[in-house]
Amino acid sequence: MPKNNEIKKVLVIGSGPIVIGQAAEFDYAGTQACRSLKEEGLEVVLLNSNPATIMTDKDIADKVYIEPLTVEVVEQLILKERPDSVLPTLGGQAALNLAMELEENGFLGRNHVRLIGTTAETIKKAEDRLEFKSTMEKIGEPCAASLVVESVEDGVKFAESIGYPVVLRPAYTLGGSGGGIAHNRHQLMEILENGLRLSRVGQVLVERCIAGWKEIEYEVMRDAAGNCITVCNMENIDPVGVHTGDSIVVAPSQTLGDKEYQMLRTSALNIISELNITGGCNVQYALHPDTFEYCVIEVNPRVSRSSALASKATGYPIAKVAAKIALGYTLDEIKNAVTKKTYASFEPMLDYCVVKIPRLPFDKFISAKRTLTTQMKATGEVMSICDNFEGALMKAIRSLEQHVDSLLSYDFSRLTREDLLEELKRVDDQRIWKIAEAVRRGISYKIIHDITKIDIWFIDKIAVLVEMEQALKACAPRVASGRGGIDAGLLKEAKRLEFPDHVIASLTGLEERKVHDLRHEYGIRAAYKMVDTCAAEFAAETPYYYSVFGSENEAEKTEGRKKVLVLGSGPIRIGQGIEFDFCSVHCTWAFAKEGYETIIVNNNPETVSTDFDIADKLYFEPLTPEDVESIVDIEKPDGAVVQFGGQTAIKLTEALMKMGVPILGTKAEDVDAAEDRELFDRILEECQIPRPKGDTVYTAEEAKKVANRLGYPVLVRPSYVLGGQGMQIAINDHDIDEFIGIINRIAQDHPILVDKYLQGKEIEVDAVCDGEEILIPGIMEHIERAGIHSGDSISVYPAQSLTEKTKQTIEEYTRRLARSLHVIGLINIQFIVCGEEVYVIEVNPRSSRTVPYISKVTGIPIVPLAAKVIIGHKIAELGYTKGLQPEADYFAVKMPVFSFEKIRDADISLGPEMKSTGECLGIAKTFDEALYKAFLGAGIKLPKFNNMILTVRDEDKPQAVEIGRRFEKIGYRIFATAGTAQALKKGGVKAIAVNKIEQETPNLMDLILGHKIDLVIDTPPQGAEHGKDGFVIRRNAVETGVNVLTAIDTAEALITSLENTDIQKLTLVNIAEI
Amino acid sequence: MKAFLILEDGTVFEGTSIGSARDMISEIVFNTSMTGYLEVLTDPSYAGQAVVMTYPLIGNYGVTPDMESEKAWPDGYIVRELSRVASNFRCEGELEEFLVKQDIPGIAGIDTRALTKLLREKGTMNGMITTNANFSLEEVLPALQAYKVGDVVSKVTCTDTYILEGKGPRVALMDFGAKKNIARSLNQRGCHVTVYPADTAAEEIIQSKPDGIMLSNGPGDPQSCTSIIKEIKKLSDTTIPIFAICLGHQLMALAHGAKTYKLKYGHRGGNHPVKDLQSGRVYISSQNHGYAVDYSTMDPAAAQEAFVNVNDGTNEGLTYTGKHIFTVQFHPEACPGPQDSGYLFDRFMDMMKGAE
Repeated sequence: MPKNNEIKKVLVIGSGPIVIGQAAEFDYAGTQACRSLKEEGLEVVLLNSNPATIMTDKDIADKVYIEPLTVEVVEQLILKERPDSVLPTLGGQAALNLAMELEENGFLGRNHVRLIGTTAETIKKAEDRLEFKSTMEKIGEPCAASLVVESVEDGVKFAESIGYPVVLRPAYTLGGSGGGIAHNRHQLMEILENGLRLSRVGQVLVERCIAGWKEIEYEVMRDAAGNCITVCNMENIDPVGVHTGDSIVVAPSQTLGDKEYQMLRTSALNIISELNITGGCNVQYALHPDTFEYCVIEVNPRVSRSSALASKATGYPIAKVAAKIALGYTLDEIKNAVTKKTYASFEPMLDYCVVKIPRLPFDKFISAKRTLTTQMKATGEVMSICDNFEGALMKAIRSLEQHVDSLLSYDFSRLTREDLLEELKRVDDQRIWKIAEAVRRGISYKIIHDITKIDIWFIDKIAVLVEMEQALKACAPRVASGRGGIDAGLLKEAKRLEFPDHVIASLTGLEERKVHDLRHEYGIRAAYKMVDTCAAEFAAETPYYYSVFGSENEAEKTEGRKKVLVLGSGPIRIGQGIEFDFCSVHCTWAFAKEGYETIIVNNNPETVSTDFDIADKLYFEPLTPEDVESIVDIEKPDGAVVQFGGQTAIKLTEALMKMGVPILGTKAEDVDAAEDRELFDRILEECQIPRPKGDTVYTAEEAKKVANRLGYPVLVRPSYVLGGQGMQIAINDHDIDEFIGIINRIAQDHPILVDKYLQGKEIEVDAVCDGEEILIPGIMEHIERAGIHSGDSISVYPAQSLTEKTKQTIEEYTRRLARSLHVIGLINIQFIVCGEEVYVIEVNPRSSRTVPYISKVTGIPIVPLAAKVIIGHKIAELGYTKGLQPEADYFAVKMPVFSFEKIRDADISLGPEMKSTGECLGIAKTFDEALYKAFLGAGIKLPKFNNMILTVRDEDKPQAVEIGRRFEKIGYRIFATAGTAQALKKGGVKAIAVNKIEQETPNLMDLILGHKIDLVIDTPPQGAEHGKDGFVIRRNAVETGVNVLTAIDTAEALITSLENTDIQKLTLVNIAEI
Repeated sequence: MKAFLILEDGTVFEGTSIGSARDMISEIVFNTSMTGYLEVLTDPSYAGQAVVMTYPLIGNYGVTPDMESEKAWPDGYIVRELSRVASNFRCEGELEEFLVKQDIPGIAGIDTRALTKLLREKGTMNGMITTNANFSLEEVLPALQAYKVGDVVSKVTCTDTYILEGKGPRVALMDFGAKKNIARSLNQRGCHVTVYPADTAAEEIIQSKPDGIMLSNGPGDPQSCTSIIKEIKKLSDTTIPIFAICLGHQLMALAHGAKTYKLKYGHRGGNHPVKDLQSGRVYISSQNHGYAVDYSTMDPAAAQEAFVNVNDGTNEGLTYTGKHIFTVQFHPEACPGPQDSGYLFDRFMDMMKGAE
């Protein structure tokens, strides 16, 4: 069936800010889809509130709207742009839910706009628990015994009729928000109440617990003619009970025979056919480990995280094909982009094994429970490819960048056997390390399997790795006595299993370099194989490679053009998100335009950068010095770019230089100078730029001495960290003791910085420097005063409260710093402005989190400009005047977005340590509207019930009174704790005093759990008590879906935005015209 | 123990011996299925060939009760890695033991992707697996070049007629090396299946008055089956509905004057898209064939092309004009592989009913 020619203008809806459960995979899917639609000559209108994405670039769609994803906005946008079709299946659950609302309220029908990709009927059949169940029953596909309930009573009744444990799944939520397993009535009531509230339709599914069964997924495609194929199946190593996003996953399945494989495949095709899906679909199964019994767990009638993984695992571009199917093409009409010989109507065959490991945020949320459940907690993931499972697992482990490189990285050797067995019962992110320890102790596979339910096959693979550890350790005495090293056979096998040289070195006692030299002497080198979708059956042209040891190399060194190596940013984590993928991809494109051959190295399957047609070559590999060196050995690049890939890439600088690869752009020693306290102080002095006073210390005693000299409050932080990890504000000696204790647990070898804490306005600048001149697209100002991590602050462009003189000072300081650090490329500087004084607090001579945002709102593409400068062009040649660019005549607000409801026991109060997972943008002609849109995009849609709670620390009280007055004026009823209530009353604001949580009921908690509160403003005191005071309130509020603000400045911004904006009358800005 | 795979072009792969340690010479072909290694090993169509599995991890779920015939047929077995444990609730033993018991020589630990690429580029080649490290290429290569698959149907077909009872239509199944699931698929639909040896005379079958005739898959070069082709011609001259798979499909085409040719490296795996030209639908099929029917040599008045391969456009099925005969190159009986085209057995059932 050829293309439907009635489709001419398509609205593509993106997935919004990155939150746990909905991450970069949708930027990948959306970008691929938009490119695929444009390829067909269609006009593409894009809507997504997330400015950090590649899909919101003007070269991806014809018209780009970075606006909140609400029904009101989409309606106004459709009336403005008049698309004939809406494609909602590539923007995750967010886009699908929006499309459903528009369909249900009749808007699409009234305006003659069709949904393409899938019909509303299909979405309903797949997403509505009741309809789904009856559809599955109709075609004889088994589901676990279950009932949809709308009340806690019904839930209890049903659960007790089928018996505990039961699984709870709220309808229409992201990443399983609010779900869980209940083992008794108490747990059931707790989870159910929460789930009912979070569900868009107030429904929760109570279901027979099938925990411990194998969890298997199938990625399926279907076209309108009814042709179906499976792209890939995947097996979760963690059995049912752990969200698939938090599970270690292997593709293809390893422990299924053809009977089971085909049984589930046929089932998946029956389901996709019955649901009448046109496009991609994901079906999740629980398979009984000892029978052929299975249950359908879930169907996602859209492109999902798993489909991004399946795309990267197989090379089959699911999103691209799904977009073509939406236009009416059939699978046999769409070319296989990998082989360019065959068609999309085939099933990829793998001749390798893929392992995915989730990146969990427990290093950021130290107080959070590490337990993994059906509620997803991972912020990102890594993938690896190898021709054996052990190797793929080892590569994935070291890709995580969590200080792990083998199964020895977490030490459980001190546990007693009993404690270890007890630990094995705990399902958390360290489970495979515990299994390895159990294997080391000689605990039988059976015992391990009985506890974990993990298949024996996987346990044996862990055992293979443990045996190799032991074999290498056995060489240590020989090495120590100088009587020899490792024989070639053992080394070859260790490398086949992907033991890094570093680990081999530490096990055998050899120097790491010696291991490297030894294996080169033996001819043991990484070889590269191609991901070709067809197991080598057809010649493929796609330069998408993975490494193996002990095989023939297929990656040929290319000659001719100058060659640049672009290092990606690895897994998405708090502090290093999708922004850096944006930067890596734009850098790659810019170099390609300048005639370079481009090579990307990255390991994140969710991103655009790991799509095989972004660079000339893609190496899907861990980003460690050894892995990169093996690529360098073959490719011999003319240079490497590290400034766009966040800390991950920066950390490789030294190693690259040792390999003899020139670092393009800012020199490594200059990057170091910005990080090294002493060097940096000297530079500031030379440039005559003030910074908050401070010192470098190693112990708590030294820290206290410095703090008392500077005067409290002080900022305490480890050097060389990401996203302010471990950074704290101390207000007394006691705090110092506590913080230094925590820091020393994380990073012991680095010095600790103690600085005077200045509570001024925080300003941020990104600039391009050609070594001489600079270009600043704009100055950004944070709404929250200094003390809150820049990534968690609301950022406004253009800066609102700076005088002309201060702006000039900032421009001048930026110029001086960029020059003296010899920056070639990007630089990011954070300032504090107190009165007319401007202080520098941080300098990063590389791309930053704000680069995509500032590029989009100013229309100045600073990544390509930086790339050109790196190649050798001067700013003057690039068509821009030097220095600070004129301000735009509209306002842009970048709003952080958090995923606190997903991480049990994480503290949500904001401070110097970054906690947000994503961001959204508000852009408008007035500041208030921009702010309003930004809050709206972040999910704060007020008012609802017109009730709020105010409880603030003493120093915020004067401001709180004014804020209270303004909320009262727009009709809010204010509840406040005693002190705050008193202050409000004194200021003439009506307030209802309520008991604190530790006091008797009715108290704050009852109000929150009563579900009639719109907003909690709770500002905790500074210092070590910061996180503790009010912790329970904030957690409960977040977990029940109440908006919580923990900084008084944020609250003021919110009321300002609410006072003057009407959601029905928003002005929509086409970013492509900026 | 070390083992070596020597190809007729002189390429040598070194690996580890699995299964039997005896030397073997055979035609080397590759299969891209990711599951179903046991079904592959017991598919009689592999007689006279040694199979390379492109999926690198083999034996993970051990030996399950999924044999497609009574024994393993390939001359040799070539894998990247043979799992040292087998894990599956139906597992009855490990694959390594099975290979030993079946006396099949094999080699593990070689770069199967490099080997596959060689076979793809140069076409199917003969090769030898040996555990003798002191082999001499000068001696081995002429022997490899001389190897011919030869008449293998006679080796794989049943020796005597036997019956699989059912209450429905009576089907005569010609066994050229039939996979069990062909008879099972018919049985499941109620058919009473009589299985005949490949050399059974057409007259015998016609006299038994079956409601339908099923021609099975099988190994080797279809053109070498000259006597069988003659018998098939006689069968096709009756009004009895006939459904043929793989070798059966090729033999029927030869019986109607068309030609077959050897594909460069064959189709072996579970992901081949075939298009039903009548409905336009595409099905993912299980395939295992080294030869194909050249449809351009078929008298268009005799048969219409019914299926084509979406990847390379080769013929995948024929419908004979004015007769109750349809034949497919792929394997609707699956095992291993997708079950998508299982509906063809239903079509055969309908045809038999219609003919009544």
